[in-house]
Amino acid sequence: MTLASLSPTLADREPVVSLSGVGKTFSNGTVALENLDLDVFPGEFLSLLGPSGCGKSTALRLMAGLGRATRGEVSIARHDPGEHRGDIGFVFQEPTLMPWATVADNVWLPLRLKGVSRAKADAVIRDSLALVGLASFAGAYPRELSGGMKMRVSIARALATKPSILLMDEPFAALDEITRFKLNDDLLRLKAELGCTVVFVTHSVYESVYMSSRIVVMAARPGRVVSTIDVDAPMPRSESFRATPRYAELCREASAALHGAMAPDDHL
Amino acid sequence: MSASTDDTPATSGPSRMNAARLAAILLPVAILLLAVAGWEAVVHLNEIPPYILPAPSQIAATLVKDWPVLFGSLLVTLRITFLALFAAVVGGVLLAILFAQSRWIELSFFPFAVILQVTPIVAIAPLLLIYLEPGTAVLVCAFLVAFFPILSNTALGLASADHNLRDLFDLYGASRFKQLVYLRLPAALPYFLGGLRIGGGLALIGAIVAEIAAGTAGQGSGLAFRIIESGYRLNIPRMFAALFLISVAGILIFLLFTALSHLLLHRWHESARKREA
Repeated sequence: MTLASLSPTLADREPVVSLSGVGKTFSNGTVALENLDLDVFPGEFLSLLGPSGCGKSTALRLMAGLGRATRGEVSIARHDPGEHRGDIGFVFQEPTLMPWATVADNVWLPLRLKGVSRAKADAVIRDSLALVGLASFAGAYPRELSGGMKMRVSIARALATKPSILLMDEPFAALDEITRFKLNDDLLRLKAELGCTVVFVTHSVYESVYMSSRIVVMAARPGRVVSTIDVDAPMPRSESFRATPRYAELCREASAALHGAMAPDDHL
Repeated sequence: MSASTDDTPATSGPSRMNAARLAAILLPVAILLLAVAGWEAVVHLNEIPPYILPAPSQIAATLVKDWPVLFGSLLVTLRITFLALFAAVVGGVLLAILFAQSRWIELSFFPFAVILQVTPIVAIAPLLLIYLEPGTAVLVCAFLVAFFPILSNTALGLASADHNLRDLFDLYGASRFKQLVYLRLPAALPYFLGGLRIGGGLALIGAIVAEIAAGTAGQGSGLAFRIIESGYRLNIPRMFAALFLISVAGILIFLLFTALSHLLLHRWHESARKREA
């Protein structure tokens, strides 16, 4: 028993990712983010909810170290200072697989780039694929898979380095609703099993309420945080959560916050 | 009874497909044979002398009779073509990789490649023949025409690697070298193979054109030289025989690279994917 596990309030409330006063202006002059303050706490499932162009993807990319903040500071807590960036897994809106490589080789990529041989990575690859239910598709090529399966491979790849932070940029936006619900449940199960922190960008109110422990609602022009909603419903959640009054209430609340954040000409 | 009705569509499906495939092969072959037979008939019926238009049968006979000479020339032409193509592949790919390293390098050197490409090779050949040994000049000409499609296609392919994948490589701290080997080169492969198919045909054309430009000055004995030589001697059947061999060589080069392309891409690339109707 460590002190931290006995008194979770102090030690665990140290944010794993912290954006303070962050601004991002693109080279074409567009102000994507302005004065953004955002802390991500260990173990939480944080959703960034907002209309298109509110900078939620930009904020996520800054957390991943892809691109630099024009103003302010992005800090990422590292448990092991020697571990460079390996602590982060990133899932894009598209599956972003290498079409010339098999499913197993795609999952191998993050390890390969760290110099791990295929033989040594084999067990990790198999574990990652088993986690997303694709153990029997290791030798398939991406084009042989459905959209949902490709996304699972993408998630397996992000999990291959056993990251403590998983950043996801609208990963299920392009999928049909049945697949999306299934993957929502799978992701919640994975998160519970692996205990990682998830930051999840979405423009779906329902998805954000179903998945998150906390929702950050953002507004556009310039991108900023307008409100934060704590989703207090207990984990693990299942399909029945969608039928509870609390779920409907939270959806209304998030929806109202989102509409309050939207300018008349904004799009979801 | 019901079983037999169920069976009918199942058996007619594949057999209809086989018939279609058979027709796809037989039809062009039949038309080709018909055309050759027509040619033969026209020559015989009109009693056209062979020094004006030889009959296909006579071209075939010449091909057999002159085979040692013509085959030797074919080998010379093919040797030039593949040497030039090899040099174009090495040069084109290396230069494309260099271009991919920096926008400034590309901006600075790409115009040279374009100038070399747009200047007709027939116009450059006489100059090259003054500066270089005839054999080398022919090789350089063939290289110059094959080089550009390989360079520009490979450069395009290297630049077209998925941006999200590039972000992912950055995220995992991949070096430029690893990014090149694991991401940009595989992404460029289909483009490169497209360039290779064009370059292969052009290398043959370049080799022929340059040898014709060299004329009798070239002690070379490629197929183009045989055509000129036969022309001087009014040996029209042999001209046709040499022309036939050039066509066959071109077709074989095309088939070779199409097969190579299929071999390397059929597992993953959309171009090699069969579409269901």
